Amino acid sequence: MKIIIPIKRVLDPFTQARIDKQTQSVDLTNSKMAMNPFCEIAVEEALKIQESGHATETIAVSIGADKTIDTLRNALAMGVDRAIFVRTETELNLQPLTLGKILSAIIKKEGADLVIMGKQAVDNDNNQTGQILSGLLDYSIGTFISKFKLSEDNNSVEVCREIDTGIETRNLKLPAIVTVDLRLNEPRYASLPNIMKARSKPLETVELSSLDIDTSPRVKVLGVEESGSKDRAAKQIYSANELFEELKQLGAM
Amino acid sequence: MSTLVLIELNSDQVSANTRAAVTAAKLLSNKVDALILTNNSNYAKSVSSIDGIDTVKLITDDSLEHVSSEVASKLVSDVMDGYQYLVAGSSTFSKNILPRVGALLDVQPISDVCEIKSSNTFVRPLYAGNIMATVESIDPTIILTVRSTSFEHAPDGGSASIEQLTVDIPKSNSSFVEIQESKSERPELTTAERIVSGGRGLGSKENFELIEKLADKLSAAVGASRAAVDAGFISNDYQVGQTGKVVAPKVYIAVGISGAIQHLAGMKDSQVIVAINNDPDAPMCRMADLVWQVDLFEAIDDMLKH
Repeated sequence: MKIIIPIKRVLDPFTQARIDKQTQSVDLTNSKMAMNPFCEIAVEEALKIQESGHATETIAVSIGADKTIDTLRNALAMGVDRAIFVRTETELNLQPLTLGKILSAIIKKEGADLVIMGKQAVDNDNNQTGQILSGLLDYSIGTFISKFKLSEDNNSVEVCREIDTGIETRNLKLPAIVTVDLRLNEPRYASLPNIMKARSKPLETVELSSLDIDTSPRVKVLGVEESGSKDRAAKQIYSANELFEELKQLGAM
Repeated sequence: MSTLVLIELNSDQVSANTRAAVTAAKLLSNKVDALILTNNSNYAKSVSSIDGIDTVKLITDDSLEHVSSEVASKLVSDVMDGYQYLVAGSSTFSKNILPRVGALLDVQPISDVCEIKSSNTFVRPLYAGNIMATVESIDPTIILTVRSTSFEHAPDGGSASIEQLTVDIPKSNSSFVEIQESKSERPELTTAERIVSGGRGLGSKENFELIEKLADKLSAAVGASRAAVDAGFISNDYQVGQTGKVVAPKVYIAVGISGAIQHLAGMKDSQVIVAINNDPDAPMCRMADLVWQVDLFEAIDDMLKH
């Protein structure tokens, strides 16, 4: 069984996003970039499945301009077997529907029965691509998963989903897509020897233009602004008595 | 122009999210219908009494109690014929279903809308809410999830007609096994007026019970940081932040929470923020209205005795 892991290169999540007023977009020039944290968890889970003998091959896929290769090398260094790089001429900030169409073309070509990916990317926070991809491919979908267990015959998977009211357990027949949540696992670090080895692992480049997919955005970004937070007093208090008095005066109790 | 609202039921109640979605829907069009996928037709009555809904469309089947994304998205997209908008409150329920509806209708959905600027222009958060983007949809059908903290919750007072739809329920390749629901007598986190939230600073599951005690004393809901949930102090559905719940109570009391960007994203719109922390440089202290620099156990003790 092949596992495909779509991954995304994003602004380092511990970096504050800044905007470029001229272009009305998020300024990523000279910014520290990283693999989306949810994608790291997806890679880790795929590797664990492979180590348990259930997967024959793990393939990371990413879409973007040339620097996206760094993120794919990172996945290879973690242990993924090979990578597919869907190359765009410029940074396009593609939307989930388009990403779904691109990934669906790649997955059909590879014939993968299991797709593991992050539940959302921490830049655009859409939380859509996995669900959209499942609709396009007509695969089963398990979103926001915190547990994953393949059946012995590799035909289905039991997942626990972190939902607003608790934890839901579902059984998905393969082919399936799962989108992973934070508590599924603890992603490994790439060791130095593995980083070296990753350089010689196969990385195939597919030109986006060769896939014949309409990439024109359906949702246009008209402008962006830093939301800031309202100015707050940060008034020092020293006792519960004082706290409750203040809250009363502020009309909050 | 008409709008379909996908109803989310929590146990037998219409969710607060859904009431926010109805308010957003009314801003988009004059005609607002609701769709319920359920195993129990009695729920239609409570939905029909929400102010602002014209017709409640009801699809009933035993299998719909824990409906899959696969089945729900097919049913919703079939009902969408003739509607210009599909709206639901932001939640794990809607986020599981609406993007897949988008795939079936070839529409790019818009997540977590905070403001409606015009019939096709919306404001939504990026980067954990640190950036707000104004976006315009050019799709002929528009699919939105809306933040329940950004729209009024539509009250009761309506009397919509109820229409039972007869449809074939598609076969699903996924099946429900079980749900472990967190049961709590406390106010619901996303609609509570007061929230007491605990972080890693509590140190253990046993100590975290102090947060629950304090919440009970203040008739508040309980919240938690990701670190507290990761450490197993409390279950995932209490997590506040970018990937958890977004809240905007009258008062948010953060106990032992340093304030990672991802956590602040989920609570920065609270009216009054109280930081209880022994580290005055913690980001939470910099964004609070009231800062109590103290050992948190001393503070909790003082508040419980008060």
